[in-house]
Order: sequence, then C-alpha cells, then structure tokens
Amino acid sequence: MSFINYASREINCKIVYYGPGLGGKTTNLQYIYERTNPQNKGQLISLATETDRTLFFDFLPLDLGSVRGFRTRFHLYTVPGQVFYDASRKLILKGVDGVIFVADSQEARMDANVESLDNLRTNLRENGFDLALVPYALQFNKRDLAGAVPYDVLLRALNVKGEPTFEAVAPKGVGVFETLKAVAKQVLHELSKK
Amino acid sequence: MTMFGPNLIVYEEEFERINAVLARLWMDANAKIVFLVDKNGQQIAAKGDLEKVDATSLASLTAGNVAATDGLARLIGEKEFSILFHEGERDNIHISIVGQRLILVVIFDERSSLGLVRLRVRKAAAELEEVLTQMASKAAEEGQAPASPFAEITDEDIDALFTE
Ligand SMILES: Nc1nc2c(ncn2[C@@H]2O[C@H](COP(=O)(O)OP(=O)(O)OP(=O)(O)O)[C@@H](O)[C@H]2O)c(=O)[nH]1
Ligand SMILES: [Mg+2]
Repeated sequence: MSFINYASREINCKIVYYGPGLGGKTTNLQYIYERTNPQNKGQLISLATETDRTLFFDFLPLDLGSVRGFRTRFHLYTVPGQVFYDASRKLILKGVDGVIFVADSQEARMDANVESLDNLRTNLRENGFDLALVPYALQFNKRDLAGAVPYDVLLRALNVKGEPTFEAVAPKGVGVFETLKAVAKQVLHELSKK
Repeated sequence: MTMFGPNLIVYEEEFERINAVLARLWMDANAKIVFLVDKNGQQIAAKGDLEKVDATSLASLTAGNVAATDGLARLIGEKEFSILFHEGERDNIHISIVGQRLILVVIFDERSSLGLVRLRVRKAAAELEEVLTQMASKAAEEGQAPASPFAEITDEDIDALFTE
C-alpha cells in the first residue's frame, strides 16, 4: 500500500525481500546501503540475532528523487528467512507494494527455495494479495559458488509468471540494483493505473 | 484496510487538519515529539523536536512494534492492544491506535506526565478519526480523485530515478 501525500508531494512505496534463510536478502540491502549517496538514504536498521540472522526485519529507506514533481521514496524491508519466523514474515508483508524473491543458487537449498516460494504465496494471500498480480522480481543469488544450479533449472523451478529474473552475487553487487529497479518499475507502473 | 482502497492518499485540506491536531496535542501535552504513522510504517505527519531523531526509522520501528503487539494480541484472543507505553530513564513513548489504521506516537519527558498525555491523546485521537472519516468519504466519492501523478509515467522517468 503506497502512501501518496498530495500536500507535501511525496510518494512512499514498500518493497519486501523474501526468500529462504541465508539466501542473501540482508546482503542485498547492505550493498544498496553502501552504494547509495548519503542524501538519498536513511539508516539501515537491522533487527537481527547475535549471529546476524534476521530476527524481525531489516529496513532501509531510499529516496530516489522526483518523478513528475513527486518525491519518490522506497522503503525496503527484508523478512527473516528461517522457517520458524513465519508469524513475523506475515506481518512484514502487510501493505506491500512489490516483492523480490531472493533464491539461493546452491543445489542443497533447492527445497528451501521452493518451500519459501510456497510460503510467500500463502502469506501474500493471507494479506489479501495475489502473487500472480503483485509487482514481482526473481533473483538467483550466489551465482559465484561452484556447483550453482544452472539458470534454466532454477528458472523452471522458481519462475512463476514470467517475472523479470536476475543472476546475482549480492556481496559484490552483481544484479542487486537491476533486481530492485525491475520491481520499482512495476510498482510505479501499477500506481499509474490507479 | 479497505476503508480507503489500497492506497492511502492525503490531500492538502486533510493534511493541514492533521498537522493542526498534532500541533495542538504537542502543545497541550507538553510533549517533545508527536507523530502520526500508518500501520505500514509510513510517516504521515510530525510535530516537535525532530532534528534529534531519525523520524523515518522511528516510524518503521513503531509500526513493527505495533504489528508484533497486534500479533501477540490475536494469539491470546484480543483484538488489539490499543495503547502501548514504554518508559525510559529520561524519555517515554506513548503509542496509540487511531481509526484502526493509524498510529499516534507521543514522546515526552518529565515536563509532562502519563496522565496528561493520555488525556490529550484521547481528544486528539477523536479529532483525527474525524479527519479519517472525511478522507474516507472523499475517497468514496467518485470523480474526486485527481488523475494519478504517475498516469503518464514513462520508462525513461523511472530509469532517471536510478541514475544518480
Ligand atoms: N558466496 C556468496 N555468499 C553470499 C552471497 N550472498 C550472500 N552471501 C552470504 O550468505 C550469508 C547469508 O546472507 P544474508 O544476507 O544474511 O542472508 P538472509 O537471506 O538475510 O538470511 P536470513 O536473515 O536468515 O533470512 C552471508 O554470510 C553472506 O555473506 C553470494 O552471492 N555469494
Ligand atoms: Mg537477513
């Protein structure tokens, strides 16, 4: 649910990074944070465990400049990927405008990818959204690892509706902004229909 | 949630009314900061000593806090906890839900008191609910909404956003 303020000419949108534990969601945000000018970003807030696993969410507000005289802000959130944090994931999807699914390219994480995608579908539905309709992009992360599952195999297993799909190495920034941009574009196009 | 349709849209007139309510609450409650956030963490309006806080983070964490507390409430069979209060050594935070969708936050110190804040918040909340009702009826009236500012957005517009 975006927030449009005609008085101050601002628009705020919410984008959520979803995916299995350790897939690289938080790393995506960290890279975006590092590479964004100070005047265009707020603090990166991470509610994490002692071992740097996301406990509730990460949050990064990004100011992308103006479109048609409206200041455009994106609020980026990550969910905790670990299976037992499901209640928190559900809360964070509330009012979402766009979703990025960060998949882990490792063979051993294929089941976790599929399970997390199913979980996304369910949790979106419980929040009144339909994965088929929501602005959405797919990221195959950890492409740098030896033995990463081939692109085509991942695509067949995880691409749900022909959504834009990107290969990424999040710590190096490969594919990170491309993925964000693909969703931001859909979110803004969606707004133009309203 | 469906009260306003999917997007929360605030126009000049309501925005001014909201700001006026917050300004009065800030004065009457002797507060340091007063702000209004929607349940998704978007800051709507604020009043007070804002230079000293990161308002965007405050909004997001407040919404997270309320969301988690709402989850707890449902777990034990409550609809919601309509007021949350955190007491610090110096500053205190009073959080209340307005019209099921907005969160009103008051930060205050020893120059005020919980009793005073409670009293003033109740009055402000009632006024804010009136504004919300007005917004809802405006949203319901067809033809009221101006064309989306993004109606003719192009791919070039969007690309330009990412080139800084
Ligand atoms: N080799 C490699 N490691 C990565 C990549 N992306 C992330 N990692 C590492 O994977 C680990 C987990 O990354 P996070 O970003 O914390 O994963 P997450 O998805 O946020 O995990 P949860 O918070 O538990 O849901 C970290 O040690 C990262 O450095 C990648 O593309 N390649
Ligand atoms: Mg994480």
